[in-house]
Amino acid sequence: MRMRIKGTTDVAGESGFAIKPMDQFEVKALFGGDVSWYTPTNVTLWMALTVLAASALMIYGARGRALVPSRGQSAAEMAYGFVYKMVEDVAGKDAVRFFPYVFTLFMFVLFANLLGLIPFAFTTTSHIAVTAVLAFTVFFSVTVLGFILHGTKFLGLFWVSSAPLALRPILAVIELISYFARPVSHSIRLAGAMMAGHAVVKVFAGFAGALGIFFFAPILAVTAFYALELLVAVIQAYVFTILTCVYLKDALHPSH
Amino acid sequence: MADTAASGPGMPQLDVTTFSNQIFWLVVTMVVLYYVMSRVALPRIAAVLADRRGTITSDIAAAEEYKLKAQAAEEAYHKALADARSEANRIVEAAKADMQAKLDVELAKAEAEIAAKASESERRIREIRDGAMDMVSAVSKEAAKDILESFGAKADARSVNAAVAARLKGGAA
Amino acid sequence: MEGDIAEMGKYIGVGLTAIGMGGAAIGVGNIAGNFLSGALRNPSAAAGQTAMLFIGIAFAEALGIFSFLVALLLMFAV
Repeated sequence: MRMRIKGTTDVAGESGFAIKPMDQFEVKALFGGDVSWYTPTNVTLWMALTVLAASALMIYGARGRALVPSRGQSAAEMAYGFVYKMVEDVAGKDAVRFFPYVFTLFMFVLFANLLGLIPFAFTTTSHIAVTAVLAFTVFFSVTVLGFILHGTKFLGLFWVSSAPLALRPILAVIELISYFARPVSHSIRLAGAMMAGHAVVKVFAGFAGALGIFFFAPILAVTAFYALELLVAVIQAYVFTILTCVYLKDALHPSH
Repeated sequence: MADTAASGPGMPQLDVTTFSNQIFWLVVTMVVLYYVMSRVALPRIAAVLADRRGTITSDIAAAEEYKLKAQAAEEAYHKALADARSEANRIVEAAKADMQAKLDVELAKAEAEIAAKASESERRIREIRDGAMDMVSAVSKEAAKDILESFGAKADARSVNAAVAARLKGGAA
Repeated sequence: MEGDIAEMGKYIGVGLTAIGMGGAAIGVGNIAGNFLSGALRNPSAAAGQTAMLFIGIAFAEALGIFSFLVALLLMFAV
């Protein structure tokens, strides 16, 4: 009744079963050896698969360019229309020039999340390093964009002119803190949600090995969690994108 | 935590040694994906969508045009129908008037003929009556002369004639 | 012995931190419920506000995920 994911001898393994829910997130070199900055790892593999999947949908799926779309073309057009409408509605009409970047973000996060749900897959978006780079890129570009477009007027974002004058400095401090907390929550939300879901699925899968005759109960639970994770994968991609749009709106129209 | 120390850090996410690798491959991926999306995929789909929107608007415009054409055709049809109806009415009226005129002419002719025939008949009747009257007066005069002779009276022809004429006139009156 | 007590404290701490996720659950439920009651009152305006719904849920959920993250850090990294 032992569940060892890796051939390590550990204390818990002797007493019963050992579930190592975090092992699935390990970064490993594809061809052995140490992990240096350029080594092809499972990160490389799954990011490449993400690019392939996104390209398959958006290019191979939409290859017909038909007036009456096929199924794949419909899906590609739906993704396009969905993100386009989101950018237009949330960030405003003049944010449309950033649409390709927002769309790239959406596609990357969506397909990384979905591919990560394949059993034995590696979820690139469950790593804080990855999501932090994405979030901080958005944060810095949006901040720089705000200063380029509006100069010092961009600081009006922190000066709540509708509040009483005495309250404004306090509010400014709060706004400033919440502004700098944005990339942190932006990245940790995605990585945390992905990590949590996968870890829970793994823990329940470990229970199935430990329960013997009652193995079906955790399997049912895993099935339910899997459906929930599918939902979470899509919603987190949506949330990541829509928050990018919200931050973009603040940079384009900083009036508070 | 003993086992954690043995098998490396518990959370691979916090293993700083892999960060550079992940960030490097992420940047590569994002750049590739961005170029694929912005250069190939999105313009294509935008073109398809614009194409479809154009087709739909032009189709709607064409449908609108056809509708107008259909309306015009319907109006023309109604107008032609009304024209035909009034033309038919006019023809009927003309025919009626024509017939009436012909009828009038015929009636007048017939009436004139009838009148002519009537006057002719009257004339002939009058002639006959006059003839008869003359005959009656002649016969009456002869008869009166004969009666007077048979009575032995010598009758003056002239006075007998006058008397008979007077009697006939009075009888006639 | 001392290590065991430290271990126990760690696990208790992890369990306490996990309670924080219940707060996020309450928050998310609150947002979704209020959205639903508002949407039932004025269904025509609901479609335009789903983006706000998801943003609100994301913010509420993020705080729960922070507590989860703290739990994970306590469990594996401390």
